[in-house]
Amino acid sequence: MTATTAQRAVPTSSDRSAITRFGNLVGSEWTKLTSVRSTIWALLLLVILSVSFTGLLIGLISGQWDTITEQQRQVIRLDPVSQILGAGFQFSQLAVCVLGVLVVTSEYTTGTIRASMLAVPRRIPVLAAKVVLFAGVTFMVAEVAAFSSFFLGAAILSPHIPVSLTAPGVLRAVIGAGLYISMLGIFAIAVGTLIRHTAAAITGIIGFVLVLAPLTLLLPGNLGKYVYAYLPTNAGQQLATTGQAADALLSPWQGFGVFALWTAALLTLAAYLLQRRDV
Amino acid sequence: MIEVRDLSKRYGDTLAVDHLSFTVYPGSVTGFLGPNGAGKSTTMRLITGLDRATTGTATINGVAYADLPDPLRVVGALLEAGAVHPGRSAFNHLLFLARTQAIGRRRVEEMLELVGLTEVGHERVGGFSLGMRQRLGIASALLGDPEVLILDEPVNGLDPDGIFWFRNLIRHLAAGGRTVLVSSHLMTEMALTAENLIVIGRGRLIAQSSTAEFISANSEHSVRVLTPDPDRLSQLILTAGGTVTRSADGALTVALIDAARIGDLAASAAVTLHELSPQVASLEEAFMERTHESRQYRGADIVGEPLPVPVPAPAAAIAPAQGTLAGTSR
Repeated sequence: MTATTAQRAVPTSSDRSAITRFGNLVGSEWTKLTSVRSTIWALLLLVILSVSFTGLLIGLISGQWDTITEQQRQVIRLDPVSQILGAGFQFSQLAVCVLGVLVVTSEYTTGTIRASMLAVPRRIPVLAAKVVLFAGVTFMVAEVAAFSSFFLGAAILSPHIPVSLTAPGVLRAVIGAGLYISMLGIFAIAVGTLIRHTAAAITGIIGFVLVLAPLTLLLPGNLGKYVYAYLPTNAGQQLATTGQAADALLSPWQGFGVFALWTAALLTLAAYLLQRRDV
Repeated sequence: MIEVRDLSKRYGDTLAVDHLSFTVYPGSVTGFLGPNGAGKSTTMRLITGLDRATTGTATINGVAYADLPDPLRVVGALLEAGAVHPGRSAFNHLLFLARTQAIGRRRVEEMLELVGLTEVGHERVGGFSLGMRQRLGIASALLGDPEVLILDEPVNGLDPDGIFWFRNLIRHLAAGGRTVLVSSHLMTEMALTAENLIVIGRGRLIAQSSTAEFISANSEHSVRVLTPDPDRLSQLILTAGGTVTRSADGALTVALIDAARIGDLAASAAVTLHELSPQVASLEEAFMERTHESRQYRGADIVGEPLPVPVPAPAAAIAPAQGTLAGTSR
């Protein structure tokens, strides 16, 4: 057996460029992500749930088109794309938050983090590889979900309202849905790295994204308006919707930029603590 | 070579590792001994950079672990055998580790074969026994064919066959010029496997020496003597400066003078000897002797008469209770 002979079966080091090394780490993360059934399920669910709920909700609207009030019809006519994309959007958010957190915390709960850190004792490259891989994978999956939802919803609504991908802001919103979900995945990885415990991290991020951030809409006055607009996910969601109000504080891309800055800040803190803490 | 210099680790109020210095040399197996809570695992975690040291340094061939470009190709560590995602297969666990260092799939398959897990390599680790997880841990430590091995309780959970296999494996690896540091709480196992010892207690170095030296330096040498005339011989030994204790079977246990001297004394007085055997202490006894004071967690001393099994209460005392039972059930 090779290991038991004095001859070295594996050379002590290999001359690889920094890019190749990082590519190796991304490959390693790919193996981790795809070798556990739950991640595959979560990604599949993301697509299935958001597409089927789009079908269900838009189908309900279409089916009751003649019985709903003219006022309701007017709201839908003004911004049909938001209706279509919004239906499955919550599920995508939920799935990517859970999965992004788990990508990190499952390593802590199972102890795999020790193996990972022994292999890459500088630690931060592991976090960077996770971010790159997970952002890439969720972007593609979320785009599949967004485009499928869009075409399905548009087809269902077509007898009542024409919806076209080429209308102003529509393509941006559909692509933006994938970008937003992908950024939310990075946000979740940062939260998972900071908190390290699965239950606490999932509760924290879901509570913030789906409950707390939307609730700030109820804050009174001008200050409330700013708080709502600049919170990370509220700002980021601007990219994934059409029909912004004329007096919106942030344009879609500005909003996404604000979300990216929040994510970068959180990720920097996560990297700093990852470097410092004992594992 | 592993060099530890002035290494300390503080967790809150406790100093788990207390200014520890030692060197582990290549070419032999070095045993790392200490009572529970002595700081063995913490020391290993400090050497491999999982924990940040409070003071001091640890280097591997002169380089800090964190500065090794491909650490798995230089150091193989087994620190916690259970630390594997239960939903992942053994193969994929090794594969993700291998990919970080640009080690090929072939090597992963070879390692599974080496530790005897080829058949279950694609099954999920959640169904593995402790021994199988331990084998997977050994496979991941050997993945990069490292020249330094740091193994924390590697035989934990292995069956006797596995222990025998593992002992031969690490001796073979050490003989090939590798540096091997193995911690264990199984003294008998260490006595068989390790040529050198590092003994710590409460985070401090107690001894670093060869196993044989450690045993001989930390055990009282005694000689067991059987003779038909114990009174006469005891007299002779006491006058020669030895000590004698008589055991229940009539044998004498002599300390402070050696077997040759006892033989001479007996011959000079024409006392017949039926047995004259020097007693060799075990590593366990030597270890107990040396670490007695530094043990942190200790059970009560077991002394006095053997503890009898409680005598069952007389049948008469039980009878009324049975009556009551019968009464309530009616």
